[in-house]
Amino acid sequence: MRFTWLREFWEYRELFLFLVWRDVKIRYKQTALGALWAIIQPFATMIIFTIFFGRMAKMPSDGIPYPVFSYSALLPWTYFSTSLGLSGNSLVANANLIRRVYFPRVAIPAASALGGLVDFSIAFVVLIGMLFYYKIPLSFGLLLWPVFMVPMVILTLGLGMILSSLNVKYRDVKYAIPFFIQSLLFITPIIYPTSVVPERFRFLLSLNPLTGMVEGFRGAMLPTRSIDFEMVWMSVGIIFVIFTAGAIYFRRTEREFADVI
Amino acid sequence: MARAIKADNLSKRFRIGMLQHETMLREVLVGMIKHPFSRIRPKKEFIWALRDVGFEVDTGEVMGIIGRNGAGKSTLLKVLSRITYPTTGSATVKGRVSSLLEVGTGFHEELTGRENVFLNGSILGMKKKEIVRKMDAIIDFAGVKKFVDTPMKRYSSGMKLRLGFAVAAHLEADVLLVDEVLAVGDADFQRKCLRAMDDLRTGGRTVLFVSHNMSAVENLCPRAIWIEGGRIVEDGEAKTVIHNYLSTFAQEAKSGYDLSQIESRSGNGAARFTAIEFLDDQGNPTGLIRSGEKMTVRLHFRVNETVKHPHFGFKIFSDTGALVTTISTWATRLEIPQLTPGEDYIDLHVDFLNLMPARYYVSLSLQSVGRLRYDILDHCAVFDVEAADVYGTGRGLDGRWGVMYMPGRWTYRQLPDPDRGEGEG
Repeated sequence: MRFTWLREFWEYRELFLFLVWRDVKIRYKQTALGALWAIIQPFATMIIFTIFFGRMAKMPSDGIPYPVFSYSALLPWTYFSTSLGLSGNSLVANANLIRRVYFPRVAIPAASALGGLVDFSIAFVVLIGMLFYYKIPLSFGLLLWPVFMVPMVILTLGLGMILSSLNVKYRDVKYAIPFFIQSLLFITPIIYPTSVVPERFRFLLSLNPLTGMVEGFRGAMLPTRSIDFEMVWMSVGIIFVIFTAGAIYFRRTEREFADVI
Repeated sequence: MARAIKADNLSKRFRIGMLQHETMLREVLVGMIKHPFSRIRPKKEFIWALRDVGFEVDTGEVMGIIGRNGAGKSTLLKVLSRITYPTTGSATVKGRVSSLLEVGTGFHEELTGRENVFLNGSILGMKKKEIVRKMDAIIDFAGVKKFVDTPMKRYSSGMKLRLGFAVAAHLEADVLLVDEVLAVGDADFQRKCLRAMDDLRTGGRTVLFVSHNMSAVENLCPRAIWIEGGRIVEDGEAKTVIHNYLSTFAQEAKSGYDLSQIESRSGNGAARFTAIEFLDDQGNPTGLIRSGEKMTVRLHFRVNETVKHPHFGFKIFSDTGALVTTISTWATRLEIPQLTPGEDYIDLHVDFLNLMPARYYVSLSLQSVGRLRYDILDHCAVFDVEAADVYGTGRGLDGRWGVMYMPGRWTYRQLPDPDRGEGEG
């Protein structure tokens, strides 16, 4: 069953790529700043965080300049939050396609999850610039960033499948999605390092798969820091569970989409 | 001959109100907290959109599907194209299926014409290579060459429609499901579409064609099935099926029809038509109106739930099923803020019925500006138009001359021609 699902998705890969292309293109066409938006969003957030948390609240940042500390976490975070927001609303937003044409429904939330990678890549270039500015030597670990994005995409797609499908059935889910995403921001070490969290809460924090991933991204960026692979693997495991649950739920509900959307 | 489509005992059940009422997660959660142990669920009512539908279509066959609104035609196409799933039974379609349930699906205003062709083509199942190869032909067919690189928001609705059909007409599907694409567009473009459909037929493709335009069905399809209330009533030679279908329409012209008992209707039922009356210019009921006279149509309806900003629509069809005209409260700008529960009626005053003597069929609709449809009735009443001496010559009119007559006159004045003058002299 699962196998035919994948094979069918492969048959429709061109449509899927067109949907990704459409999402990205439309987003850049609709904003006056176009692709610059991809940089402004995490960069402006980084400035605000630096002023309020770095300067005023004197938040420790593991010896890394606070702007680099927060920006490096904001990149995967911005990818995750933006893409999940889009993915969660994607089925409802494409209702007229679903009502009229057949194609594997998963292509829609998946296109939103993948489209965010373009923004991410653009914003990544700025990170390199910041490393130069703060005279932090480039680490080979940076090559791990694209690898770490794989579980990030899978996590976004897994949650996206659940939220978008719930959204078709229950129309108030759309109001819950931003709240859900915002809550995650605070239980993920973006503003603060994991090291400020008391030892006994660390395990709870690590149940959030974003924790291990964000710390992994930071660790990979710096030549002086080692990556906590144990945390990363734990995150990957949780992500796999979430993705499987999402795929099963989506598979069970997708037959009804055209009737209820 | 090989079989292209096989439908076996197809049935499809819908929950009533599934589309109108938006379920809230909040309500479900509150319900679970209030009644944690009982699984109390709101009573569900179902309707069967399809009931034991079975047929086979051979490869290369072109088959029409006819029936009133809400009969299940569109649901059948949706099941065959896998957009929706049958509740019971199965449908097998061999080869690549493309459905044109609506042209221009997935068009986006911000993208250019060319970009939209790529997107729409791939949504309809074309490969990228194929689209590249056919791009020029598609743009040519649509006649939008000058605007291919302009964002679609600058297109007129006619241009969008033409581009949408142009993409569809270039599909290389083995089985093509077509729903009512010909209902829109100007006459010139409609002819083009019919020609394209004709090419499809000769191209060896299997085509299922749903339409209310009986002459188009008769022209294009050797075979037709007639669906009523989700069941197949008749399956056979298009000409015979269409004849039998049309003869079930309100049989004789009467001054009034009771509409409350009609079952083949669509819409959510918040308001329902209950009767229609034809009144002459004195306000007396009549089933027979003379060409050129005044006519008042009184539509009685019952409102079950308060309905906001309703629009009434009145359509006239000829006896071959061609749409003659539509007049709605939207077009004539009669704003009705709301209808409250109870019985009521609305009058349509026709100042001047310029129809040729013949039999005409009436369809009614009651809907809101948006997606909500309250009641849609197809061919629910008949009226006869009788010849009148509209030109004041005592010669009358003849139904064979067309559908409408034009008030007008001829003038002729012989040109002063020197040659002719000489010849006479």
